[in-house]
Amino acid sequence: MASQADAPSQLAAPTASPLQRCQYALISGLTFCRRYPVGAVGGVLLVFISMVAAFAGLFSPHDPLYVDFLSLGAAPSAQYLLGTDYEGRDILSRIIYGGRVSLQVSVLSVLLGSTIGALWGVASAFLGGRFDIISQRVVEIVMSFPALVLAMVLLVALGGGIWTVIIAIAVTRLPYGVRVVRSVALSVKELAYVDAARAMGASNFRIMAKHIAPQCFAAYFVLATAHLGAAIVIEASLGFLGVGITPPTASWGNMLGGVIANTYKPIWWLVVFPGLAISITVLSFNLLGDALRDALDPKLRGR
Amino acid sequence: MLAKYIGRRLLYSIPGLIGITIIIFLALRILPGDPLAILYGEGGRENLTAADIAEIKRQLGIDRPLYIQYADWMKDVFTGKMGESFWRGDSVSELIIRRGPLTAEIAVVAVLVSWIIGLPVGILGAIKQNSMADYISRFLTIIFLAVPSFWVAILVVVVSLLAFNYRPPLGIIQIWEDPFTNLQIVLAPGIVLGLATSAYIARMARTTLLEVIRDDYVRTARAKGLPERLVVLRHALRNALLPVLTLSGVLFGLLLGGSVAVETAFTVPGLGTALVQAFTERDFVVVQNLVLLYGIIFVFVNLSIDLMYAVLDPRIRYD
Repeated sequence: MASQADAPSQLAAPTASPLQRCQYALISGLTFCRRYPVGAVGGVLLVFISMVAAFAGLFSPHDPLYVDFLSLGAAPSAQYLLGTDYEGRDILSRIIYGGRVSLQVSVLSVLLGSTIGALWGVASAFLGGRFDIISQRVVEIVMSFPALVLAMVLLVALGGGIWTVIIAIAVTRLPYGVRVVRSVALSVKELAYVDAARAMGASNFRIMAKHIAPQCFAAYFVLATAHLGAAIVIEASLGFLGVGITPPTASWGNMLGGVIANTYKPIWWLVVFPGLAISITVLSFNLLGDALRDALDPKLRGR
Repeated sequence: MLAKYIGRRLLYSIPGLIGITIIIFLALRILPGDPLAILYGEGGRENLTAADIAEIKRQLGIDRPLYIQYADWMKDVFTGKMGESFWRGDSVSELIIRRGPLTAEIAVVAVLVSWIIGLPVGILGAIKQNSMADYISRFLTIIFLAVPSFWVAILVVVVSLLAFNYRPPLGIIQIWEDPFTNLQIVLAPGIVLGLATSAYIARMARTTLLEVIRDDYVRTARAKGLPERLVVLRHALRNALLPVLTLSGVLFGLLLGGSVAVETAFTVPGLGTALVQAFTERDFVVVQNLVLLYGIIFVFVNLSIDLMYAVLDPRIRYD
């Protein structure tokens, strides 16, 4: 991961064989781990979490939708390691399958939002003029809604379902992509080789795609990683409020949603474990994101 | 001079506010999704006769052209009524007056807590950089940035139920009616939200103070022989606080969003729970106006912070 952005020149070197590239990737990955051990811990945790989510069928001891009528709200035991919820479903299995949904939603929404935002940012910086001014105003306006509230409005309009949740969260991430990438693109735009490309008769589109966008990759990458944690929290909040992924499909947020409706009979294991899953995942994203920012953006190093 | 500056800034915020109304309007009217199908469900819609549909559309006001609908909404907003709830018939402005104070109190408590906890922690970390205290505060900051506030809220609710069999009082009780009961309702959500926000404040305060401490004028202050306490509190902190103030404005959006989930966790009948209820009931008019209120509040909080800047930072000119 670090390799690509650590050395943009590497990408540009067409002479490197695939083997050399692999070696280079390995070495820079190891360097990253040595320099940023905390970030590496976050990365390792994320690999573990993603593997468990991806191979949910192998790791989960029960069917996440199976209802055991004989143990409704059962405490953690040998049979149900983390207990069961009010409907008698195994919490551990639901956390594992819920993680799959939560990770999918956050990764896809950030990818969608940041990518469109980044492309918009490049265009806004390069084209300038009225397009830039209007873009900046739109971004400002979208940012003046609290992310959770904006996502809720979009969900009212679009209706439920995993894809609408992804789109709603993506829209809340979009302005950050525009802002961050625009600021990078503004400085890249002034470089001499952009003038050179223009002098050679390159079209606007070609200059943006071939000469400006690649230089913005590091900023885009850092931004996307940093927002994955926020996306997880928004998804979880939506699920908790009952407006996101709807049961019986498990997500970390909607597992917590049942608790408040049933406070006459509170069960702590239903509160503690999904929340821990959310917190640990967000923490890992943040740790990795901070380390990547330090590694890729020397200006911010040491903050 | 200052009055003129404030006036101009207010004027400048008008296009933004109009943009907010347009985005809400577009999101709710143009995006795919049949309002009737959303209101009654796909099955329910098929059971309606054509006359029913026309009548409901007329009631909702969605049978007219878009620009008239928008103009009507703006008229509603400016006459202060802000439309009626589709299901209950009370006006949205009544709802806001009844439930708003609770949410406002929670926000005030949260902002206060975030500064009271965040600032000292950040300052401590910067003054004693790389000390044990710094490491501990940075560790806690990282943890608090990751833990979602609504989960902490649920934990507090469940733990106080299990351990003390305590549940916060229900209902809308204003501070001027019964201060003690009111505080029982708003303090816990406010503190939970404030703790979550304080982590951002602490990190920002530490970063900016570390930067400012390296500035020349701080070195001059030290060279004059001022005690370190005065150097930090009287000289460095003043400049370091400005970015923290800006961040506080940006965080206000996070806080407003977070309050929706935290209010729900504590079952506080504030604006956040009203929004969630309106959402589940598909009450378009209520959603539309509440979201507008959130947007307006955010814009004005940040505008007032900009104006405070003009007062606090003499480098900013009024022109």
